[in-house]
Amino acid sequence: MEKFSQHTGVGVPLRRSNVDTDQIIPAVYLKRVTRTGFEDALFAAWRGDPEFVLNQPAYATGSVLVAGPDFGTGSSREHAVWALKDYGFKVVISARFADIFRGNSGKQGLLAATCAPEDIELIWKILETTPGTAVTVDLESRTVTCDDVVVAFQIDDYTRWRLMEGLDDIGLTLNHADEITAFEATRAAWRPRTLPAKHLASVEIEAARPVR
Amino acid sequence: MGGTLAEKVWDAHIVRRGSDGAPDLLYIDLHLVHEVTSPQAFEGLRLAGRPVRRPDLTIATEDHNTPTLDIDRPIADLTSRTQIQTLRNNAVEFGIRLHSLGDADQGIVHVVGPQLGLTMPGLTVVCGDSHTSTHGAFGALAFGIGTSEVEHVLATQTLPLSPFKTMAITIDGALRPGTTAKDIILAVIAKIGTGGGQGYVLEYRGEAIRALSMEARMTICNMSIEAGARAGMIAPDATTAEYLKGRPHAPEGVDWDEALAYWSTLKSDDDAVFDAEVVLDAGDLEPFVTWGTNPGQGLPLSANVPIPAEIADPGDRATAERAIEYMALTPGTPLRDIAVDTVFIGSCTNGRIEDLRAVAAVIEGKHKADTLRVLVVPGSARVRLQAEAEGLDQIFLDFGAEWRNAGCSMCLGMNPDQLAPGERSASTSNRNFEGRQGKGGRTHLVSPLVAAATAIRGTLSSLADLPSPAGAHARTPVTNL
Repeated sequence: MEKFSQHTGVGVPLRRSNVDTDQIIPAVYLKRVTRTGFEDALFAAWRGDPEFVLNQPAYATGSVLVAGPDFGTGSSREHAVWALKDYGFKVVISARFADIFRGNSGKQGLLAATCAPEDIELIWKILETTPGTAVTVDLESRTVTCDDVVVAFQIDDYTRWRLMEGLDDIGLTLNHADEITAFEATRAAWRPRTLPAKHLASVEIEAARPVR
Repeated sequence: MGGTLAEKVWDAHIVRRGSDGAPDLLYIDLHLVHEVTSPQAFEGLRLAGRPVRRPDLTIATEDHNTPTLDIDRPIADLTSRTQIQTLRNNAVEFGIRLHSLGDADQGIVHVVGPQLGLTMPGLTVVCGDSHTSTHGAFGALAFGIGTSEVEHVLATQTLPLSPFKTMAITIDGALRPGTTAKDIILAVIAKIGTGGGQGYVLEYRGEAIRALSMEARMTICNMSIEAGARAGMIAPDATTAEYLKGRPHAPEGVDWDEALAYWSTLKSDDDAVFDAEVVLDAGDLEPFVTWGTNPGQGLPLSANVPIPAEIADPGDRATAERAIEYMALTPGTPLRDIAVDTVFIGSCTNGRIEDLRAVAAVIEGKHKADTLRVLVVPGSARVRLQAEAEGLDQIFLDFGAEWRNAGCSMCLGMNPDQLAPGERSASTSNRNFEGRQGKGGRTHLVSPLVAAATAIRGTLSSLADLPSPAGAHARTPVTNL
């Protein structure tokens, strides 16, 4: 993961609340087995609308998305984060993020910055009045700067540290492999194992009856 | 001070306690895998040269992207076929047990785990799917994870996690006839909102919860994520043990006794402190339906489509206006007057055998309204076989419904089972987001009983709207779904 300390880019005002993961990337785009190449799928249902914010030339190169509250609700699909990153977004700002989306962002180096709703309203007004205005997000000082507005954002200390160091979670955990092994030695016998498989009685499967 | 159920399960899985704001490292007892959120995780392992640490705590099934017709032929959509084949290849390469399309144990991952007896009280259960909260019905701490976390669990069988807050949701009283677990959870979400549970584990308790079957408890825990909570839990009891006993992977002999003794400790202590508490009375509930584009936008079926001008908060008003426009509804219209094109019965929320029995009991001997289609998609191949053994498939076919093979199907419209643009559904699934069931599709979330009554009348309906059942029903409707 790349280290993240500060980013400056065009801010995109997305004046909608409850932008769920089905809006960020509809399920039909989840069939791919790659981790990249999802930029065309981002906000797919809205991109057909010429009025949609990303279709306006001033915002087309945006990299800081400023959205309404409850961003990323719904499914666990990390594809939502990949699609935002593939499009070019480095930061999403919202008053409230869904837990799984926020977690996925942290794993992928996309900064999910939580700001107060009134601060987001201020930033929206600037971005809407002067489309193409740059927003600077500084992870060190936890501040968002947009024109003459400077506001604080929230992020938990651990995610901030990992983003700033660009650390890989799995590598960190495997440093404690001995402790995992020790824990496993205490695991009670009643706790399930999937192997060997204990099936129900085997049954010959035929397709359900055809539709009449 | 005592602990809550969630805290007890959490504490029993700490491999390493975090300090200075670092998360705890939690051990994962059971990892469920499916084709959509796993390919990139396996690819990550391959690139790093890492094996799966515990294939014996991992199980995979094909569900999200599988067809429900022609399952004996190659999958027509090439991208879908590649994704399924990728899971099959990964299962072989990494030694993972996989139940493929055409296998009797294939089905929606959250139906298969409990059915095999792999889901049990006191476990940590994860899956790259937000509806993993379903398994909390057994008193497990179960939650959805992203693909990076799937890779992390495959490689280490652990996850670094910061503790959740806890919220008690107490449902007193008893459900009235015609209302179900689905109505409870839709009412809870409407009350606390789609963000109300963010950062919390919900614990459902109270008289009405204790009276529910395991299937109904799964329906409730399933939709915890729709209130923003990653997990929902219900303390295990005799109903839980009875469901599990004798299932393929349930403990046996002394292990069973040891498990039962441990499970009896899995409840929130009387002096446990929750960070938040919500109380509802099941006796006050009516059949609940959603009118908008998030699961919190729900109302009793007897209500009308909201009038945005009457909503005081400007943000809520704008959200309601937008939802009503997308849903092509007129403010003030009685919800009962809304006609639908499709009734979908299935999903990890309401695709279990009890759900199918409840629908069959209502529709037996009747024919669907001419104006709509009815899709019945069992949650697993076992559910389908069980339904066929009970003759339910014939009831559905006689009714004019389509009887399909198992999978997620129209719940998320990833396979060919989709709404056409502008089509409207009454759906027993869990999400009514814009375009969720197909681009431009409009979804009303309902219980299986409301789905059945709607399929008969053509507009959103409850059992109370049907003609008096005098002699019409050979079966007694099952109300405690």
